[in-house]
Amino acid sequence: MEKRETLLEIRDLRIEYVTAEATVYAVRGLDLSLEKGRTLGLVGETGAGKTTMAKGVMRLLPDPPARVSGGEIFFKGEDLLRAEEKTLRGIRGNNISMIFQDPMTSLNPVLTVGDQIAEGIILHQHKNRRQAMELAGDMLELVGIERTRLRDYPHQFSGGMKQRVVIAMALSCNPELLIADEPTTALDVTIQAQVLRLIKGLQEQYGTAMILITHDLGIVAEICDDVAIMYAGCIMEYGSKEAIFTDARHPYTRGLFGCIPDLYADQSELRPIKGLMPDPANLPQGCPFAPRCALAAERCRTEMPPPAEAAPGHMTRCFAPEALSAGKGAAS
Amino acid sequence: MTENILEAKHLKKYFQTPGGLLHAVDDVSFSIRRGETLGLVGESGCGKSTTGRVLLRLIEATEGEILFEGRDIRKLGKQQMRETRRRMQIVFQDPYSSLDPRFNIFECIEEPLRVNKVFKSRKEREERVFELMELVGLAPRLVNAYPHELDGGRRQRVGVARALALNPGFLVLDEPVSALDVSIQAQVLNLMEDLQERLNLTYLFISHDLSVVKHISDRIAVMYLGVVVEIGGYREIFENPLHPYTKALLSSVPIPRIDVRRERILLEGDVPSPVDPPAGCRFCQRCPRAAEICRTQPPPLRHAEEGHAAACHFIT
Repeated sequence: MEKRETLLEIRDLRIEYVTAEATVYAVRGLDLSLEKGRTLGLVGETGAGKTTMAKGVMRLLPDPPARVSGGEIFFKGEDLLRAEEKTLRGIRGNNISMIFQDPMTSLNPVLTVGDQIAEGIILHQHKNRRQAMELAGDMLELVGIERTRLRDYPHQFSGGMKQRVVIAMALSCNPELLIADEPTTALDVTIQAQVLRLIKGLQEQYGTAMILITHDLGIVAEICDDVAIMYAGCIMEYGSKEAIFTDARHPYTRGLFGCIPDLYADQSELRPIKGLMPDPANLPQGCPFAPRCALAAERCRTEMPPPAEAAPGHMTRCFAPEALSAGKGAAS
Repeated sequence: MTENILEAKHLKKYFQTPGGLLHAVDDVSFSIRRGETLGLVGESGCGKSTTGRVLLRLIEATEGEILFEGRDIRKLGKQQMRETRRRMQIVFQDPYSSLDPRFNIFECIEEPLRVNKVFKSRKEREERVFELMELVGLAPRLVNAYPHELDGGRRQRVGVARALALNPGFLVLDEPVSALDVSIQAQVLNLMEDLQERLNLTYLFISHDLSVVKHISDRIAVMYLGVVVEIGGYREIFENPLHPYTKALLSSVPIPRIDVRRERILLEGDVPSPVDPPAGCRFCQRCPRAAEICRTQPPPLRHAEEGHAAACHFIT
């Protein structure tokens, strides 16, 4: 495999929300690395810690209650956790951009979309207002909206178009890393297809690396290169898209696939994962998936499985021998 | 011989809005056979939820007939409607907002029994509540819990128990799993299928999620901007979609597989406004095949094969 340049490296990241009643362990020792131009799909259910991780990278978590209690986040060699606010302001929206889930609430209702796109351009690229508006118009056209609409307000756009505006904004400074947090979850499928194609096309055109946070494995299959499966603040399995979709090893990953009704096959019954996601304020000892896992052994209930290599580049956290040996494995 | 439990004939629901007349449901006809699941799919604003509500007279139709077990329920008086509604119930999308936060689980499930004075004694009601909890897979220990203490999956089970309390034969399920995570969604879908078999229920399953609808439905109706554009058995709809909108919709669903290659039909633009919709085919502005006739004449729902109909001028 050719050696690519690492853009983002997260080591042993730990984030907690501390409140008077309880401490919620949202991210627990997360390791992740992303190469230039690649797309990583970060998959998990509600409460897995996906958004917390993303906001942690952007240093956008409110402290208190959020507290980064350990770890390192290197972006092009610079540790973002130790960077000063001034440095961060230079990076946010410029080198790293974020698209949030809900386009209805991530735009300012009292500013025109032109002003909102131009703001970042003026700030980061030191353009004057007229030049910035010119560029903002170019960005709008890039995402398929006429530039005459620069003077319109967010409420004059449909949901899909608002998300296009947000994308235009996020890409306006040509970032090296784009973090997209459920960018299409609020959209209808035909609009989702348009927006996904747009993001993918722009990303290829500009060589932007992307972390795509989603709960939808279908979207991952469509646009990601690599996949990380997150559960209760940990990455349980990581590998190339091919590895995860054809040779999933972790019982949770396999369980997720079993829950999705298949459009291309007749199933008599779905195979749900039994039980519920553990309460992140009250996590079980050992593997967080053990209470729901068919393969759980005594050891799983006391010890957290370390990341182990199932195949080159394919990591899983599981003690079950099936998870590590090739061929037919866990829970199928 | 299968009997129709419900039949909708030329159902219309218009809303008066400041911008004009909103055609939420515009001449929709279909029937549901006893014991089957009819899936109703479409994107936001296509009128699928309104259709579900109009069928139960939770909102009154503007025009049309709703034959439930052979009688037009639009002609029923208040008292008769109350009697009839025991046999037709609904489960709402959002279990977070459809339960009264001040009721505990017992009271939530007991309410329909109490309101309809089904039992004389509290003891009988109590027995029925526990019976219902067992039926939907809620542990008896949760009986004194409040909705906010339950997760989404359990809350939706409470919603199902409420709907089943009066032994209905027909249920409208309005996006019952859309607010749930996939692992919980699968649990609730299996529950719905199991209940249908045990209690011989008929479902109208409303959803925007095509893979869920395909999984649970016997037949599927596809809606676009207030009209049914295609209806047929789930196999026909998925293997041989006829309407250009159904085709585009199916091709837009991201598939969690990397071994399936599909032709992508990418639609341009957004769903147009249902306020004063276009005169011809509702889909013509986004349709790759649209011709002159589509802009002026609305295509009727025509049968292409037995039990499979589509509303498109180009289907013969």
